Amino acid sequence: MAVFDIYLLEALINGVLLGGVLALLSLGLNLIFGVIDVVWICYAELIMLGMYAIYFLDVVYHLPLLVAGAVCIVGVALLGVLLHVLVISPLLGAAPINQLLATGGVLFFLQSAATVMFGVEFKNLGLRLPVLKLSGMFISYSRLLAFAFALVGMVLVYLFLTRTYTGTAIRAISQDRQIMMLMGVDSRRIYLITSALGGGLAGLAACLLVLQYDIHPFVGLSFGPITFLICVLGSLGNFVGGFVAAFVFAEIIALGGLYSDLEWGYVLAFAFFIVMMFIRPQGLMARRS
Amino acid sequence: MTRVLPWLVGAALVALPFVYREPYPLHILVIILIWSFAYTSWSVMGRFGLTSLGHGGFMGVGAYVTALLWNKAGMSPWLGVPLALAAAALLAAVVAYPCFRFRITGHYFALVTLALSGIVLQVITATRDYTGGSLGYTPERYRGGSSLYALQFASKTTWYLIALGVWAAGLWVWYRVDRSMLRYALEAIAEDEDAAAATGVHVTAEKLKITVLSAVMTALAGSLYCQYQMFISPDTVSGISVSLQMVFAVVVGGIYVAYGPTVGAVITIMLAEILRISFGTRAVGWDNLVYGILLVIFIVFLPKGILGSLLDLRRPRRAEAVPGT
Repeated sequence: MAVFDIYLLEALINGVLLGGVLALLSLGLNLIFGVIDVVWICYAELIMLGMYAIYFLDVVYHLPLLVAGAVCIVGVALLGVLLHVLVISPLLGAAPINQLLATGGVLFFLQSAATVMFGVEFKNLGLRLPVLKLSGMFISYSRLLAFAFALVGMVLVYLFLTRTYTGTAIRAISQDRQIMMLMGVDSRRIYLITSALGGGLAGLAACLLVLQYDIHPFVGLSFGPITFLICVLGSLGNFVGGFVAAFVFAEIIALGGLYSDLEWGYVLAFAFFIVMMFIRPQGLMARRS
Repeated sequence: MTRVLPWLVGAALVALPFVYREPYPLHILVIILIWSFAYTSWSVMGRFGLTSLGHGGFMGVGAYVTALLWNKAGMSPWLGVPLALAAAALLAAVVAYPCFRFRITGHYFALVTLALSGIVLQVITATRDYTGGSLGYTPERYRGGSSLYALQFASKTTWYLIALGVWAAGLWVWYRVDRSMLRYALEAIAEDEDAAAATGVHVTAEKLKITVLSAVMTALAGSLYCQYQMFISPDTVSGISVSLQMVFAVVVGGIYVAYGPTVGAVITIMLAEILRISFGTRAVGWDNLVYGILLVIFIVFLPKGILGSLLDLRRPRRAEAVPGT
């Protein structure tokens, strides 16, 4: 019975729960890439700012957590629009690598702005959600909650993209950006809406991550890189691919952490990514090129 | 005049520590020279559109392999540094060959190399029993402190001359690449890979050459930094933030000109030091704040960097535009 025991099952379940959160993280980034063709390297830093917003609204100004969450989602969505207007739109015609580096500059800026304003101390909500005990396994409620919200968020985005006129326009632009301009779609408006949507998803992710993790200015570095790798592994811009890749990655990390340290889980996940890039350079779910 | 000027400046730089012996400014100069060399190493390949975010990984390999061989195996850096460079070359070849073979370019290349610097950082942290993890690692002092055998020197003047020599060698390599067929091949590849391959350029081999060269130079910068500072930690010599810092300094200084990375290093390090001296601990974070804004402004308005744009102003406009844009 050594092969399939209770710890393995626990690790697998925790992997699935982690996968839900990672899938939500990659969804916003994928949306931005698929539509605007830009990689927001600073995506995780937007989430970091959202986490700080919730912390201050909830702990310092004593607003109810749900209100703080709503404000955070709207606020980060506005940040996304601001990022697009100030940094991305002047660079839309430039080399793709320049756009990547410019958002890298925003990453530096946001990280150090948070350091200057909030200091480097770790902060948390001081909120301890109970742990669910299930026949000898320990599963934290905050992870379950995050998983559930991540799924709901993804379904909502899916419905928005497939059932509304604007959503259809967004998907159309991601398929062919030249032709849609000729069809009378205002691409600037679509870009702004997409940026707001991507920012809003980052805000939602912030609401869920703040339940589980401490907040500090460099928290973005701990899950930012893995989000990019997930998006690339699932083919940049492909939502279903990102979803699958998120769960594959989360399971690798969880199982690696079970048999050794958590860092080795990450090393394995990164190595798996590099090997996969060689086997399937266009990602797990390559669209026609 | 233009032929004599570099020799005059060079002689002045060599003579400097014998005239001026203040330890603190000399320390800053050594740091600037070492990082200038690291940034030059990045720009050797970065100027051809091969944007690597994995150079933090190569630098970390250079620093940690040298230090570990010295402490654990008692191997002199004279042997340890070449081994560290070989390790970095191997790592670069193992990751880069499939990248180029399977034509992973642009965004994808940047992200694969980003994963590489992530791996190096995580491996250093995970093997904390040997490397000290995120607390950092110190090569052991050799008896009295100064020794040619252990490549450890107490005097700042010695280190200044070593760093100056390596920096000059880095520039020499830059010029050699600039005058070689390799440069034309890589510029052709940056323009259009298929067309370059059709005219007989071996795309994979040419890209691999420049990547291994650049990785080896970066690893040398890492070893040098380790020997000079006698303290390394995963965050100062490896990882994604070091990689981004390299790209940033080169872009600000000027990616297509030889002295661009040096100008970038002078600006970024002086900025950090001035902020630190004038504001002390209150300045934590301000240097990166300014870097971040500058990086965005430069990419939007001056993509050729400070030095590149200044040289363009002086030079009469030539028919041919800048490559790689």
